[in-house]
Parts: sequence; structure tokens; C-alpha cells
Amino acid sequence: MRLEILNNGYKFGTKLLFGIIKLFSGYPLPDAARLIFYRSDFYGNPAKQFTQRAMRGQSPWSVGDRELMAAYISRLNECSFCIKAHTAVSAGAYGDGTKVKQVLDDLETAPISPQLKVVLTMLTKLTRENMIDADDIHTVLATGVNPEQIQDALAVCFAFNVTNRLADAFGFFIPSDDAFEAGANYLLKRGYA
Amino acid sequence: MKYDQLYQRLIDSILKGKGESTPEQRQAAFDNAGLPQPIDRLVNKVAHEANKVTDNDIAVAKAAGNSENQLFELIICGAIGQASRQYESGLSALAEAIKEGGGHAS
Repeated sequence: MRLEILNNGYKFGTKLLFGIIKLFSGYPLPDAARLIFYRSDFYGNPAKQFTQRAMRGQSPWSVGDRELMAAYISRLNECSFCIKAHTAVSAGAYGDGTKVKQVLDDLETAPISPQLKVVLTMLTKLTRENMIDADDIHTVLATGVNPEQIQDALAVCFAFNVTNRLADAFGFFIPSDDAFEAGANYLLKRGYA
Repeated sequence: MKYDQLYQRLIDSILKGKGESTPEQRQAAFDNAGLPQPIDRLVNKVAHEANKVTDNDIAVAKAAGNSENQLFELIICGAIGQASRQYESGLSALAEAIKEGGGHAS
């Protein structure tokens, strides 16, 4: 990462933990996870609690749907690390990598529900233009999406508009596809907390 | 815990928590307004084109006297500030639409 403190500025116990994780998983801890450990009271702890609520808390959206939103937002922000990471998690959650790829390639023709499609369209506008209005919400509600689903999608959008920016500004290292697969399995089993 | 509590806890932590930058600097980074150069340029890039941030942007900000911990804090404030403007726009639009009768709060 671009700041040396994010590469080497961890407490002894944290460095030891990083070593143990590498030993057992076979891969170094990804930079997204390392960042959470650096001065965790400042950003890492409150951020992971919000993200856990958004991505794994109770929601009408499945884990696969929410991870797809994360991958899609990352695609809009052209964040290479997060596209790879959350494409893998979404594909794992759905058990269908083709569907995820189709959504990222062409939302219009992708084989997903009209409700998920209209929500992704709303998140596109919010991410690109930084604002939406009540008319945009009415369009989403008209397809049968309920307010709770919109609230949950907005939370995913917030979490990943933060994470994408940090991944690119701090310069997260992009590991092998195998490492992303291992990371995806971890996030599916254990979540973000 | 509810989103609004988790969200407020995150915002309070980055703006008011212990750090090497001042609360004023962090608020300015969050607002993407009123920081001196070259940190203003860096934070604006984080807010609007983070994938174009370069090693040189960080090197220039450090050379101007910002510590790594200050940059850590101000980059996070810049990223969260921009995402929070989006989030709050979305939440306001949702509240307005519900008020107009497009749906019911759950």
C-alpha cells in the first residue's frame, strides 16, 4: 500500500495474527482486511460494523444480491480490487458466476429480477451523479421493491463507495485469482465483523 | 443495531476520534472544501476519481509536511465524506417519496 504505516505499522500482536493467517490459509491477508486492523478504533471497527450490518444483517436481499450490488458499484467506480473480490463472493453466494458476469457486462440483458435491476440502476445514478431524488425512488417502488429493500441497498452503496475509494487511494495490492477465491470463501463463512 | 446508529458512530469516530490531524482538517477533508494545497488536490481526487490517485500524489502530500497518519485520516475522511453525501441524498429521497405516499416505512 502507498502508506508505509499500512504495510508495517501494526502492533506486534497484529503482525503475529497476520502471520498465523498466512500460515493457515496459504495466502497473505488481503489489504482490505489489513486496513481494518490499522488504528482500528479510528476507522476499522466502526466501518466493519456498518458493513457487516449492510452485507450480512437481516435483509430481504440475499447475500448474493448484496454482494452483486457491491461488485456492481465497484465496477462503476472502476475499482479493480473490489470488482474481483466481490464478483467472487457474489458468484460463490449464488453458486453462479455466469450470472454475476452477465450483470457486470450488460445490466439490461442480464437474467436477474426486474426489482434487482431497477435498484442497480438507481445505485448507478447515485454513484455517478452523487444524488437521487424522490422521482428516482418512485420508479423503484413502482416495480414492487419496498422501502426496506431500498434502505438496505443504499447502505451497501455507502459501504462500497467508501471502500472503493480507499482501495484505490491507498493502493490495495491485487493478488492472484486463487487468493480472491480464498478471500471470498472466508467472507461467505465469516462475514465482515 | 440500526443503520443510523452504526453510521453516526463511524462519522463521529473519523471526525472526532483521536488522531494526528485536527478536527477542522478532518471536517474540511470530509466536506472536500477548504484544505490547503497539495492535500486539497489529493482529497478531491479521493472524492471524485480515486482510481487515478498515484504514488506521486501521496509523495507530494508527504513532502508538504503531512505525516502518514495525517494522510491516513484525511483520505478516509475524504472518502467517507463523498459517500455520505450520496447516502444522505438517497435517504432524503426515500423519506420524501414515502411522505408523498409511494410506500410505507417498514
